[in-house]
Amino acid sequence: MGDLPRALGVATLETLYMTSVASVLVALAGLPLGVLLVVTDRGGLWPVPALNRTLGTLVNVGRSIPFIILMVAIVPLTRLVVGTTIGTTAAIVPLVVAAIPFMGRVVEQALREVDAGRVEAAVAMGSTPLRIILRVLLPESLPSLVRGAALVVISLLGYSAMAGAVGGGGLGDLAVKYGYMRFRVDVMWGCLAVLLVLVQLLQWLGERLASRFDHTRSTSSPSPDHT
Amino acid sequence: MIELRGVGKVFGQGARQVTALHDVSLHVPPGEVFGVLGRSGAGKSTLLRCANLLERPTRGEVRVAGQDLLSLSPRELRQARQGIGMIFQHFNLFASRTVEGNVAYPLEVMGLPREAIRTRVAELLSRVGLSDKARAYPAQLSGGQKQRVGIARALAPRPRVLLSDEATSALDPETTRSVLGLLKDLQQQLGLTLLLITHQLEVVKALCGSVAVLEGGRLVEQGRVQELLARPESRLRALCFPPLSEQQEPGSAGGQRVELSLTDAHARSPLISTLARRFDVDVLLLEGAVERVGEARVGRLLVELHGSPGAVAEARTFLREQGLSAGEASHG
Ligand SMILES: Nc1ncnc2c1ncn2[C@@H]1O[C@H](COP(=O)(O)OP(=O)(O)OP(=O)(O)O)[C@@H](O)[C@H]1O
Ligand SMILES: [Mg+2]
Repeated sequence: MGDLPRALGVATLETLYMTSVASVLVALAGLPLGVLLVVTDRGGLWPVPALNRTLGTLVNVGRSIPFIILMVAIVPLTRLVVGTTIGTTAAIVPLVVAAIPFMGRVVEQALREVDAGRVEAAVAMGSTPLRIILRVLLPESLPSLVRGAALVVISLLGYSAMAGAVGGGGLGDLAVKYGYMRFRVDVMWGCLAVLLVLVQLLQWLGERLASRFDHTRSTSSPSPDHT
Repeated sequence: MIELRGVGKVFGQGARQVTALHDVSLHVPPGEVFGVLGRSGAGKSTLLRCANLLERPTRGEVRVAGQDLLSLSPRELRQARQGIGMIFQHFNLFASRTVEGNVAYPLEVMGLPREAIRTRVAELLSRVGLSDKARAYPAQLSGGQKQRVGIARALAPRPRVLLSDEATSALDPETTRSVLGLLKDLQQQLGLTLLLITHQLEVVKALCGSVAVLEGGRLVEQGRVQELLARPESRLRALCFPPLSEQQEPGSAGGQRVELSLTDAHARSPLISTLARRFDVDVLLLEGAVERVGEARVGRLLVELHGSPGAVAEARTFLREQGLSAGEASHG
């Protein structure tokens, strides 16, 4: 382990690979899940209470299982999907499974923040439910969605370190193998530093994007006239 | 144009049932401006929302532009709603869309081509005086400007009916006047049928031809504004003129208090001086107001009559004969 920067670089790339692929998959599944959680609710745009209850229960179950247990529990699924249970690609499976319910709730919460009056206005103008979802609910909640997504990605980063430690590679793996087992404190601090920078970066990016989409704060001073 | 027949609405189930509307029937002919008044919780919003089925009545019939809305399929109902504009107390503009984008929304719903949308939006914005704000977001507008956008958006699909739920209640008096002026102009130019809810006398005065008063979900009064205001005992008058103060502050000795209810004819005659000349009484004005409603004037006054007992009695008989004294203040 004479080549710390190199090892760190490889581990960082592995972590980025796991986190980004997982993020994309989580977004793809979590977004429709969150939408369904909202629209199938009683009084929603497409009320199907039975489906709503089922999804809600599944999400709660998924969110209550500690990640470390989930990882072990879904080993058969991982093998089925990826063909192996070790390596960065294999680590993506539990990451995705763990984060989808989280993302679903984040999306649900963002959509529920949309003022009911605006949805009502859209209904009164003769919109179809699909149009309301795509052209009203999602655009109106975009800033919250982006902030929520940043939160999910940051959690994925943390989970990926854990998943990596169980034979997946990445920064978590490196930190545990060298920093913990071989007392290479410098490796551990190096991993921590990279993770810290990544989290900061993601948080900053999320906030920037969110405020870019947020038009609820007046950017120019409001005009003085009252008409 | 808008016809509600025996409309009832019950919210909730079992013990928590709330009956918001009892058997309400009303008819708004084409081109009419019809106001609905009533206290908070009387069921005004529920009634209005029944007119485009945002709220489905639990009984009764809703007809708009000849269509029985309750018999329509979801698709047909969406189509029908494009012909019924609606504006809201809190505007309900889309924060993620510019002014332009908000007005374009209902046109997108109709599936108009982009070019046609652009032209129509520009035309509407100039009509409501907001052409220079086309690219602004709602958060950058004042309340009055937001409601103008709301009006432009509601009128974009050229509806023949406009529903308004307290559209000026969140605005200051000056802005209210300007928005009412705009609504009045548009209503006349476009021949809109307007069903509106308000608690502002000013709105009734500026716009309404007819009104209905709701109490506890029941229609308790309905008619032309002028006629209702002419009737001393009408609820519209009671809503227009808050009760005179009950204070028993001692009047000057020997005075007799009388409450006068003025219709247009009374308000135009030299009432006070007539009393003074013909009956040799002095008239003290204690409280009250005279309001202009359209061309007519109506009012309510509390006065105190002073003079010899005989003169005062004669004056009171005169007032009664003229249909002026709504009530005689109990003390004096
Ligand atoms: N969705 C609902 N569920 C249950 N009860 C409701 C619902 N909407 C209205 N109500 C009840 O129906 C009654 C009439 O309400 P509505 O909003 O029509 O009154 P309003 O005359 O518009 O009052 P305000 O002037 O305060 O707006 C109230 O008692 C209210 O609590
Ligand atoms: Mg209301």
